[in-house]
Amino acid sequence: MSTGSYSISQPKGAKPFWTARRQTGLKMFLLVLPMLALVFVFSYLPLLGWCYAFADYVPGRSIFALDYVGLTYFKMMFSGVGYFPTVMRNTLVLSLAGILLSPLPAILAIMVTQLSGGWTGRFQKTIQTATSLPNFISWVLVYSLFFALFNTSNGAVNQILLSLGLIEKPTNILINADLAWAFQICISVWKNSGWNAIIYFAAITGIDQELYDAADVDGAGTFQKILHVTVPGLMSTFFVLLLMSIANMLSNGFEQYYVFQNALTMNKLEVLDTYIYKIGLSNLQFSLSTAMGIFKSLVSIVLLTLANLASKAIRGESIF
Amino acid sequence: MRRQTKSLSSKFLRGLNFFLLIVFAFLCVYPLYFIFINSISGADAVVRGVYILPEDFSLEFYKSLLQMPNIPNSIVVSVARTVLGTALTVICSSFLGYMVTQSELPLRKWVYRFVVATMYFNAGLIPWYILMVNLGLKNNFLLYILPSAVGAYYVVLSKTYIESIPASVEESAKIDGAGVLTIYARLILPMSMPIIACLIVFCAVNQWNAWSDNFYLVSDPKLSTLQYQLYMNLANESSNVTNTTSSSSLLRSKATTELGLRYALSMLTVLPIIMVYPFMQKYFVKGIMLGAVKG
Repeated sequence: MSTGSYSISQPKGAKPFWTARRQTGLKMFLLVLPMLALVFVFSYLPLLGWCYAFADYVPGRSIFALDYVGLTYFKMMFSGVGYFPTVMRNTLVLSLAGILLSPLPAILAIMVTQLSGGWTGRFQKTIQTATSLPNFISWVLVYSLFFALFNTSNGAVNQILLSLGLIEKPTNILINADLAWAFQICISVWKNSGWNAIIYFAAITGIDQELYDAADVDGAGTFQKILHVTVPGLMSTFFVLLLMSIANMLSNGFEQYYVFQNALTMNKLEVLDTYIYKIGLSNLQFSLSTAMGIFKSLVSIVLLTLANLASKAIRGESIF
Repeated sequence: MRRQTKSLSSKFLRGLNFFLLIVFAFLCVYPLYFIFINSISGADAVVRGVYILPEDFSLEFYKSLLQMPNIPNSIVVSVARTVLGTALTVICSSFLGYMVTQSELPLRKWVYRFVVATMYFNAGLIPWYILMVNLGLKNNFLLYILPSAVGAYYVVLSKTYIESIPASVEESAKIDGAGVLTIYARLILPMSMPIIACLIVFCAVNQWNAWSDNFYLVSDPKLSTLQYQLYMNLANESSNVTNTTSSSSLLRSKATTELGLRYALSMLTVLPIIMVYPFMQKYFVKGIMLGAVKG
């Protein structure tokens, strides 16, 4: 308590600088300092590495001793040669499909709430639990599951299709380039819909019951109530999530596409996140890979800002 | 008359709705069930195909799995990173969340912004990778737990929750002369148990499922996680995914064993989640609702 004795030794009459409040404040600051240091080291310090995009990276050399080459690597990225255009096409197609399908969780939530009451009511919780389960298993395991289900020797899907006579010989969708996009989109829907529906459940619970009662008085049927009460009640949640997914347009995630890629589907499933990894850690083109990372971050920040502005303009409130 | 047709059609719609939901729920659960029944069936049955119920019940695949060189060790690593990583993240994040509610904390608005801002930018893979190497975290267990010690989203959730605790509770403790740490440990932590439980569940699932850090930066098999073992197993298999027609009987039986091992390994990586998930679901829901309030 050296600070305490210091405060006592202040000349009489002057207000001591180290008041009890300031002492507590200092103590608190010292307590949070290690955590702020962790945040600084693991989230802010990597930003220094953006220098690598503007220089010829040499392992082990400090960023002050690098040969800076200006925008060479950015020009290389946008020159249109190599795989970058294909990668951008895949990234955008898969993201846009995700954005177009974003009403699905809301629809699922509405369908599940319609179960309440009557004999279907007791299944509500079970269905909610079952549909949100896929969200909690890792992408590696998702791949393992689909690999097992679709394999040509004893995968369940092929067996069912064969016995129904829908196909004549086993087919493996995991190596089908024509269906690769559709298949990945289905998997995303499978994995995320149930979980995202929970956000909409929360929103539905928040809708004023009196609105439904009033609709009843007006003689509205189930569909009309959904259309005129539930859907408008979900719009603001839907809007926030939509803007967030637009802002994340270039981040499809590394894990899903990396585990599902193979030689035959590569041309359709190479997305920015997996490409950045390959250029960087497989080909060891650190500078080019960093440039792509910067491009991705900047686009996401710009989109986020625009989304926020749009939200302010349309709904009168920011999304953060 | 009209009323009757309406109720009939509404009954039909109700049934259709129920049917569609049951189909979707089935599709969500069946893949896991398929792996499960195959993993506990005998090798011959697996070759014939097991689709509805396990056949020739046997734990052979699990026994051989545990005899594989890296598996027992990777179970220990996965459990260790889940337990230690979760404890560290929950304590750091909730303590920071508590601190930013305290008006005495100097620059508290800036401290909060400093943390929350990290949700919206990302330096990218290579800068992060090089920093981790420079910090000596390559092939280091600390890589699994240190970078995620403070989660911005978790700080936001904790702060939001702690703000809803009546200030009078804390003030009376302060008057009694209790220090910040004492108040946190004795008062705030117990009173914010619902949100703590939710953070624990979120972190534990993330830690258990994580494999990309292992993939990027840890080549030491002693530090390899269960998820990564599964990934390696699948990656080896995928390399011959394009030529599945090879069929000498020896190759077949080898392939079956490998298939069975993979089923067992898959079950092992998902078992903890399936076991706790139904009980933990309400905490997930609480967390996502709190998050939704915050936007």
